[in-house]
Amino acid sequence: MVVKLYGQVTAACPQRVLLCLLEKKIEFEIVHIDLDTLEQKRPEHLLRQPFGQVPAIEDGDFKLFESRAIARYYATKYSDQGTNLLGKSLEHRAIVDQWADVEVGYFNVLVHPLVMNLVIKPRLGEECDAALVEELKVKLGVVLDIYDNQLASNRFLAGDEFTMADLTHMPAMGYLMRTDINRIVKDRANMNRWWEEVTARPAWKKLMKMAGF
Amino acid sequence: MVMKVYGDGMSACVARVLLCLHEKETEFELVPVDLFACHHKLPSFLSMNPFGQVPVLQDEDLTLFESRAITAYIAEKHKDKGTDLTRHADAKEAAIVKLWSEVESHHFNPAISAVIHHLIVVPLQGKTPDAAIVEENLEKLGKVLDVYEEKLGKTKYLAGDSYTLADLHHVPYTYYFMKTGHAGLVNDRPNVKAWWEDLCSRPAFLKVSPGLTVAPATN
Repeated sequence: MVVKLYGQVTAACPQRVLLCLLEKKIEFEIVHIDLDTLEQKRPEHLLRQPFGQVPAIEDGDFKLFESRAIARYYATKYSDQGTNLLGKSLEHRAIVDQWADVEVGYFNVLVHPLVMNLVIKPRLGEECDAALVEELKVKLGVVLDIYDNQLASNRFLAGDEFTMADLTHMPAMGYLMRTDINRIVKDRANMNRWWEEVTARPAWKKLMKMAGF
Repeated sequence: MVMKVYGDGMSACVARVLLCLHEKETEFELVPVDLFACHHKLPSFLSMNPFGQVPVLQDEDLTLFESRAITAYIAEKHKDKGTDLTRHADAKEAAIVKLWSEVESHHFNPAISAVIHHLIVVPLQGKTPDAAIVEENLEKLGKVLDVYEEKLGKTKYLAGDSYTLADLHHVPYTYYFMKTGHAGLVNDRPNVKAWWEDLCSRPAFLKVSPGLTVAPATN
């Protein structure tokens, strides 16, 4: 049975799940939830995701929301198929989880409001908070120095192989790299090297094509 | 060799790890890190966690930071003893535990930690809390607790009928929150209140809560 993903293919959190499904070669079907018309806040969708956000999945009788929980579920369920996203030992898995958690607490917390102000607000005709953008850039620079240092001695965030730790960053990074502040990544040699390598992966290229980017 | 946790029991994120260790009946050594003297920003500490925060776990040659990655590691390593914190035997139940752990991380934690920061940490730094930020985050927290109230009307704990990491991760910040003047947000929601009282009755909680000693400013 094919996994049904409720969401919009251009949105970062659904992309996190789609990228995982593509890396794991799992078949899926996208049921479009239109964010521009706030379809995610309507009662029908709130039954799938009580916080009124995308994505949510249905896999037969099994239902799940929170993109990172969904990605981990499929990475675990299909551990023997496609890319191994969760590490080869318990200890390696813990390092993968560590850097995936860093994405939540240090990276997304800054990149999300940056993308909101630089990409989404202009699209909706709202005013961008320029002072906030400046403040966030400074903070993000400090965080990316740590990432750059990690990537100086590691090919990927959690070691020598591409894992969930890298994957989970990619959708929001994709948005960041399409803004005019992308030098914040490009000027950091190891981060730039890492980003070019992860975006050369076939799964990412397929996702970008699906999203029309 | 016994696992080492670097940190101080008063830190909510350290307490999160300590709760997990007690639930899993795992011995550990707590290595004090003087947060008020900023020892967590010294190069010797940054070599363990480049983000300069507690907790850090050392288990033989593994060094780990991020409290929720640490709890996941401990729960998996010791999955055959103590409380079953991850429902590991069933992939779907395990996924639901992860789902509600993500909810804590993305929906609950940003709101509650902002309130705790302004009502407890900021006064300790001799500054004035930003009332607007507190109000805004109390409102966000209320909406999250509305979702919890409904969920906890259907299941005893967030991810089902047994206590898991999804519940545990909430405990330290909620403990501090209940000492502020806004405990009504929990107490006025009967299912959330009952759930919270249950979490506070657990032996692991009774061992860790005495360490949660930071007091809020009266407001």
